[in-house]
Amino acid sequence: MIHTRKLTRNFVVKKETVEAVKGVDIDVAPGELVAFLGPNGAGKSTTLRMLTTLLKPTSGTATVAGLDVAADPAGVRARIGYIGQGNGGGHSYRVIDEMVMQGRFYGMNATDAKARAEELLTSLELTDLAKRTVIKLSGGQRRRMDVALGLMHSPQLLFLDEPSTGMDPQNRANLWEHITRMRAEHGTTIVLTTHYMDEADSMSERVIVIDHGTIIADDTPARLKADLAGDLFAVEVAAGSAAGVRPLLRRAAAGGEVEEGAYDGMVRFRLRITHGSRLAPGLLKQMHDAGAPALSMELKPPTLDDVFLELTGRSLREGADA
Amino acid sequence: MLGQATRDEAALKKPGLRQVLRDTWYVFCREMLLPLRDPFSLVFSLLQPLVFLALFGPLLGSAVGAPAFGGQSTLQWFLPGVVVMIALFGTSMTGSNLQYELMTGSYERILATPLSRSSLMIGRALKEWAPLVVQGMLIAIVCVPFGFTFYPLHVVFGLIILGIFGIGLGALSYSLALVSQSKEWIFWAVQQTLLFPLMILSGIMLPIEAGPEWMKVASGFNPLTYLVNAERELFAGSIGLDTLLGLVAAVVTAIVGLVVGIRTISRSTR
Repeated sequence: MIHTRKLTRNFVVKKETVEAVKGVDIDVAPGELVAFLGPNGAGKSTTLRMLTTLLKPTSGTATVAGLDVAADPAGVRARIGYIGQGNGGGHSYRVIDEMVMQGRFYGMNATDAKARAEELLTSLELTDLAKRTVIKLSGGQRRRMDVALGLMHSPQLLFLDEPSTGMDPQNRANLWEHITRMRAEHGTTIVLTTHYMDEADSMSERVIVIDHGTIIADDTPARLKADLAGDLFAVEVAAGSAAGVRPLLRRAAAGGEVEEGAYDGMVRFRLRITHGSRLAPGLLKQMHDAGAPALSMELKPPTLDDVFLELTGRSLREGADA
Repeated sequence: MLGQATRDEAALKKPGLRQVLRDTWYVFCREMLLPLRDPFSLVFSLLQPLVFLALFGPLLGSAVGAPAFGGQSTLQWFLPGVVVMIALFGTSMTGSNLQYELMTGSYERILATPLSRSSLMIGRALKEWAPLVVQGMLIAIVCVPFGFTFYPLHVVFGLIILGIFGIGLGALSYSLALVSQSKEWIFWAVQQTLLFPLMILSGIMLPIEAGPEWMKVASGFNPLTYLVNAERELFAGSIGLDTLLGLVAAVVTAIVGLVVGIRTISRSTR
């Protein structure tokens, strides 16, 4: 569905060339649900804007829905849906008018556009608002309308740029319910950008981590976490027996860092171990055999933020609200 | 890399005329929804030129004197000017309506549809022009009892020339809105700074013939001058050289406007 080779985009800011996207190769198969994850300014949106023909690549190639973005941008646009960061409805227009016109823009006839608009208004729970002007809608209602606009022509490939930014948790869940239902019904390929790692984690089947304009990881959330971060394993032992378990834990961390802190006559060790839930019981037994039984233990599965931290040395959270 | 860019440019699939016309119609329809859903704004826009004619017309006649109008009645001379003025103000506002859509995501949403780029500009410019057809006819009819001779077919032709000119001016206004994105005041500064000298130097308000030599020379370089002359000839019921020159000025403005506009759209990046 998407194939890019060495896709690059430079911007000139104050006579200095900034490489926003540095030669990325992306392949997305039909039916996939892929998230571009990365901090703001990483190049996610720039990549998306090139794939949707809103921005010309500086160099490299991109084939989207079977067509070259440089040679046939209008053809690409006809086959894809795009839901941008902003609200798509014109402020002074009525919801239904914008929906029908959107259908006409994609070449639907008036009857089909009207029927499709009504169908989408129903499924997105906007029917009562059909005749309201966009400016009178709440933030969540506008976002649902954006989704409706993006789906008017039933695209086989849908791009969403930061779909849930600024939405409250309830509206976010609601939005995702619609997106997943539509995907289940029509097998739509979905590509989205997000800086919410929990969203990328729970919703997408594949995460492409982008930082400084390059792809630094590309896999399922589960495998990214297992391969790159490992589970956080914390254990407390009596201060007197700490020396006995230190080599054991170093070995378990397999070269990773072992933090330790002493308080109240206890020492607390923190380390990351891959497949922690499988290895932890054995490790506890070894500690016991070494004469340093664990007084308490904590095992936390990794998040995509841990993956990002492992890859870049920075937390995704720090840059998220910039 | 340069070689690659040129090759891509050459291979670029261009929309056909049929598609541009169809797309223009859709863009026009969407734009027209605003005045149609809010008809009061239309009524109001019809009253404005009438007020202008009623208040400025009599002053003009007594202040300048009949000889400067080439033997025509003041109204016969002034009315075509007012029509050009409405066209000028209307179509140069094309970009200002776009500014609101640039601030939200609706312009980007429309940019992501397969609509051809030229249709985005032409459709919007024609929306600013469409009320002019009604306005022009209406004020012409209203002026008949006051000594204005109405030649309907000539007036319609005059309005079509203004429409062609309006496409060019609208496209330029559209480009201005795109390049002044995030600094809205620049749009107004440029639009106002250009509009008034262009208007005065075209002889819309007062005859240029009454002014100093340098003004006459300057007005020769103003495309609007030819447009105003063409409208005066047409509204007086004849078709001649002035009409032809006006049509040429309108077509040239339209071509320049669309070329600038399409380049600006494809270059505009956020």
